Amino acid sequence: MGAAQLLQFTIAGLKNGAIYALIALGFTIVYASTGILNFAQGEFYMLGGMVAVWALRTLGLPLLAAVPAAVLVTVGVGALVERLALRPRRAEAPLVLIIITIGVSMLLQSLARHLFGPNEVALPPFTAGPSITFFGAAIERQTLWVWGLTAVALLVLWVLYTRTKLGLAMRATAVSHDSSRLVGIDTARVVMVTFALAAALGALAGVAVAPLTQTAYDVGARIGLKGFAAAILGGLGGPVAAVAGGLVLGLTESLSAAFISSTYKDAIALVVLLAVIFLKPSGLFGRAGREKV
Amino acid sequence: MPDPALLRVEGLHAGYGRVPVLHGVDLHVDRGEIVTLVGANGAGKSTLLRTIVGFVRASQGRIVFDGDDISRIVPERAVRRGIALVPEGRMLFGPLTVEENLRLGAFARGRESAGHGSDLEGVFALFPVLRDRTGQTASTLSGGEQQMLAIGRALMSRPSLLLLDEPSLGLAPKVIAEIFGTLGVLREQGLTVLLVEQDVKVALRHSDRGYVMRTGTIAMTGTSADLMADDDVRLIYLGAWHEAALGGDGTPMTGDAR
Ligand SMILES: Nc1ncnc2c1ncn2[C@@H]1O[C@H](COP(=O)(O)OP(=O)(O)O)[C@@H](O)[C@H]1O
Ligand SMILES: [Mg+2]
Repeated sequence: MGAAQLLQFTIAGLKNGAIYALIALGFTIVYASTGILNFAQGEFYMLGGMVAVWALRTLGLPLLAAVPAAVLVTVGVGALVERLALRPRRAEAPLVLIIITIGVSMLLQSLARHLFGPNEVALPPFTAGPSITFFGAAIERQTLWVWGLTAVALLVLWVLYTRTKLGLAMRATAVSHDSSRLVGIDTARVVMVTFALAAALGALAGVAVAPLTQTAYDVGARIGLKGFAAAILGGLGGPVAAVAGGLVLGLTESLSAAFISSTYKDAIALVVLLAVIFLKPSGLFGRAGREKV
Repeated sequence: MPDPALLRVEGLHAGYGRVPVLHGVDLHVDRGEIVTLVGANGAGKSTLLRTIVGFVRASQGRIVFDGDDISRIVPERAVRRGIALVPEGRMLFGPLTVEENLRLGAFARGRESAGHGSDLEGVFALFPVLRDRTGQTASTLSGGEQQMLAIGRALMSRPSLLLLDEPSLGLAPKVIAEIFGTLGVLREQGLTVLLVEQDVKVALRHSDRGYVMRTGTIAMTGTSADLMADDDVRLIYLGAWHEAALGGDGTPMTGDAR
């Protein structure tokens, strides 16, 4: 295989990896503040793409408005999921809440089918124009959007967590709900904000990638599994580990398609998931843990 | 005339699920007082403090704070009302830094907490060792430093009532003396304190009045001096039992000490 071809596979891996990273971040921040795995995370990705297409085609919004509108709508859905489906049951065991998220996922999927139809759809690229050639490999303009938006999301998240009072409350809530309530943090609200944020990350991934791969009402489960595998790979620890987990998974998939066969590309996430669970349950980078003093 | 009591607990019943722990507790703390609550392990002292701030629901009775019934308050509101609990086990944010823990202490004060700089200085004046530890995570502190941080975090909310649950637990006598030494300073700053302690001698020496709790009710109350002189208290809590129970040759005598 030539160097240019290898580079091409690497670019594809990093593009998918960025998407997995955003989904993995959604899993990770919700897990940190609630101790539950939100299996509706993939549906946020689906909603991002589907709502944007709907806003563009049915409402006739310009692309520049449809994209942020789709993210905002999904943020609202994320907050509602927490408020209506999970908060009333928050005293239950984590397993019960996890099963609720699976139910929510199925509900969102069938709602999307009703509202948006069963067909595959796509968004136009955010900026039109031919691919950019880079050492013999082609980079689609939309791929640059994927990387750019991922980078912006990470930056915003970093500023939020390290520089704001809300971010401090979110980190405190991740350590202990009781300690947080003791100092006056409304942990129920923090959890809702966390869901909204996870929804924003998922939706952003969904809209950013919709021009590259078609999307449909049922794409959530597959991407949810990938993001989940990436999150587990990152040890469900810090945000950096989640991003690294996403990139590693994306590259592994892409390079295995290059060297082995693309037939098995989708199985890689499962293999990675099982390998981590059996061989190194704390993830590649160790788990930050939910330690207490 | 206004009620001299800042905190008044009347006929309080509370427990966990169906298990009752408090069976009608009556107690009050006047403004500016330091009051000690003692009692055997499992008597319900921590449960009382946890009920006052709303971690545990009162099933009967009233809790009146500064003239208002707060029986149904939740912890995140209690701290805004001016009640700060330094809980048993401290409940610090272990992976967060000392400074972040202290800033979180001021969380309830909202926008006004922008001026927390002077409060930070107040905490450092009280516990100078914390100043050198601001960037360290709370979990790396020694037990004594953790207790100081827990108290400092509570003070950052500018409470009018401080609830202290066994601050001396597991600490060396020198550190205990340092922590109790700050109680006087806090009182001068206008703070009212309800203190739960195992180390009864130290606690009564630093407080005005005391209550003895036995299986969920108040068994005895009086000034600290009276309680220290009381035979029962001396026998059970002040170590006299230990001396009395040991014969001249140091072997334990059989029989119930009471
Ligand atoms: N979270 C809890 N759930 C159930 N029972 C509890 C809980 N915490 C304390 N208890 C019980 O309540 C009683 C009083 O405990 P506690 O208030 O901690 O006593 P103290 O602080 O005086 O040692 C004990 O019998 C204890 O086992
Ligand atoms: Mg206790």
